[in-house]
Amino acid sequence: MSGFRTEKQLSPEGVTTAERVNDERRRIGIDASATSPTVLFLASGIAWLVVGSLLGVIASFKLDLPDWLGTYAPLTFGRVRPVHLNTVTYGWISLAGSGMIVWLMGRLCRTEIRWPGLLYASAVLWNTGLLLGSVLVVLGYSGGMEWLEFPLPAAVIIALAFVLFAASMFRTFAARQVEHVYVSLWYILASMTWFPILYVIANAGLYQGVGEAAMNWWYGHNAITVWFTPIGLAGAYYFIPKVIGRPIYSYYLGLLGFWSFALFYNWNGLHHLVGGPLPTWAISVSIVASLMMFVPVLAVAVNHHMTALGHLNIVAYSPTLRFVVFGAMSYTAVSFQGSLEATRSVQEVTHFTHYTIAHAHLGMYAFVTMILFGAIYYILPRIAKWEWPYPHLIKIHFWLSAIGIVAYFGSLTVGGWLQGLAMNTAGVPFIETVALTGPYLWARSISGTLMTVAHCVFAYHFALVIYRAGPKRFAPAWFRKAEEVVAE
Amino acid sequence: MMFMRSFVFFLGVLAAFALGWIGIVGMPDLMLATVKPPADLKRYTGEQLYGRNVYIREGCLYCHSQQVRAVGFGADQARFWGRPSVPADYLYDKPHLLGTMRTGPDLFNIAARQPSEGWHVLHLYNPRLVMKGSLMPPYPWLFDEKVTAGPGEKALLLPDPPRGRVVVPNADGRALVAYLLSLDHTYPVSQVVAADDTAHTQK
Repeated sequence: MSGFRTEKQLSPEGVTTAERVNDERRRIGIDASATSPTVLFLASGIAWLVVGSLLGVIASFKLDLPDWLGTYAPLTFGRVRPVHLNTVTYGWISLAGSGMIVWLMGRLCRTEIRWPGLLYASAVLWNTGLLLGSVLVVLGYSGGMEWLEFPLPAAVIIALAFVLFAASMFRTFAARQVEHVYVSLWYILASMTWFPILYVIANAGLYQGVGEAAMNWWYGHNAITVWFTPIGLAGAYYFIPKVIGRPIYSYYLGLLGFWSFALFYNWNGLHHLVGGPLPTWAISVSIVASLMMFVPVLAVAVNHHMTALGHLNIVAYSPTLRFVVFGAMSYTAVSFQGSLEATRSVQEVTHFTHYTIAHAHLGMYAFVTMILFGAIYYILPRIAKWEWPYPHLIKIHFWLSAIGIVAYFGSLTVGGWLQGLAMNTAGVPFIETVALTGPYLWARSISGTLMTVAHCVFAYHFALVIYRAGPKRFAPAWFRKAEEVVAE
Repeated sequence: MMFMRSFVFFLGVLAAFALGWIGIVGMPDLMLATVKPPADLKRYTGEQLYGRNVYIREGCLYCHSQQVRAVGFGADQARFWGRPSVPADYLYDKPHLLGTMRTGPDLFNIAARQPSEGWHVLHLYNPRLVMKGSLMPPYPWLFDEKVTAGPGEKALLLPDPPRGRVVVPNADGRALVAYLLSLDHTYPVSQVVAADDTAHTQK
């Protein structure tokens, strides 16, 4: 099928048992060096996931029942909504993503994690910044720009936390014991370089008026480009081949995917301002760049698909693969949708509607979050030295999350599209564009609740592993073969 | 060799990032640096600016945009939301409040469309008093309940007032209304300004 895939690398002949044991011992040592920081990042990320989901559900129900909790200023929609966004992106995805990155760095550089003290400091600072920022926004001290609501003190703390984190990762990379730098590492190293610069520029207050709007959406989209997407792709590139047990289909497609991603994705931001008071050429450039995203997305999609081809039956028993494949497929879907959505004719309908919210959740949840779930199901037993005790809880988690996000996306996509069509029909009174979204917003609230229940199940299960509770297992917690549980 | 490859990698990564920044932020910003404020664009008064902060604090921008789209792009013109907005309209805005959602209507010219102070205070106190079916939250913390309205205070004309008491907007409420009533960008923009910055969105 391909010249790039060499089964030989996987089962090299002539490797002695002693060498294999030595290799395994080395891997255990590397994992051990990553254990404490990884657990710290993952656990706090999951705590923010639960908090952020609850805030999202509150915000959602407030659009169904606008007078609910209506006399309590800190919980008004306009304060809860930004805190939802900030806690799930800078909290859950960033912290859990960092946990995954620490562990991946050790594995991919084949060396112990360096400067772990910086990682502890980073986790503490990061959580402090998040808590401070969230409380300040709820109390009414928002910075006022989407994705940049945290006031300066909180932003400074988070920036510092990221720099410390990146320093440890770069130091580990410099000490690497491998010749070959794997694809996942490219994305990680690029994001370690990009995100701190981006975050500092965005919070520096350099612009005013329409120039600031351009900066705002350059930042808003680039946060996805340089941080959240690399987390998801680094995970997909590592775990799909890992679980299936064959190398990635094509190194060259990986190369093409990475560099076209770096070139085009950095120019996408202004499609958030289509129709707005900015120079046409600038917005057009972003639209073209959005369409060019077909190149990196196709490269990644083909690469992952060809790697998994013929082995997709593994999703029947591997929780990691099931979540990661769901995420990887969603990446293709959300990227294709995003490219088309950026065009003027689609923007004319969808620009100011809930359709955009659906798209955002397809990216941040169906893609990145699902891959992080899969990654955590793989990593945690290896560092906690305790298997996931209850496979049926993983199953419940998967289905609640999967059904939740599909219903979430479906309802807001349809509702948002109809809202946009009505808004563009001059004869329809504006209040009717509000009324027609009612059932779709209710459907969203219910889907969001399902996802939140899934997160609570996941958090509970995570805690069981940390505390080594539940039945002791001697084999991976697969969806099938439950008879291998040995009760103590 | 290994060092060289890492060096080239990071150089490429930084270049890709910098190009995007210069291209879609730096260049538009530089281009707009010469835009002059329209003669009729007023600076915010102290109270309006304070009200603008209340607008930010309560997160109004998550449901209301402040930008009007051009003829032939959406129905902004047919809904009489005002002439298409131009960069010059926003010269005094920091942070910008262009917004991305229209769960509620655009507010760029709300003062021209709804100049009644009485309507705005009632609407903020409980949106459903004046707009049946509205999803907007109520903002009772922008109001005080009192036995009688003080000098210069105007009590809300509520259909169902609290017994023996009146409701008046507090300083935050008055400032927010003052800000909303400043949102009138119906003044003409000169041909020079318009031609310079709004080549946008002609289909």
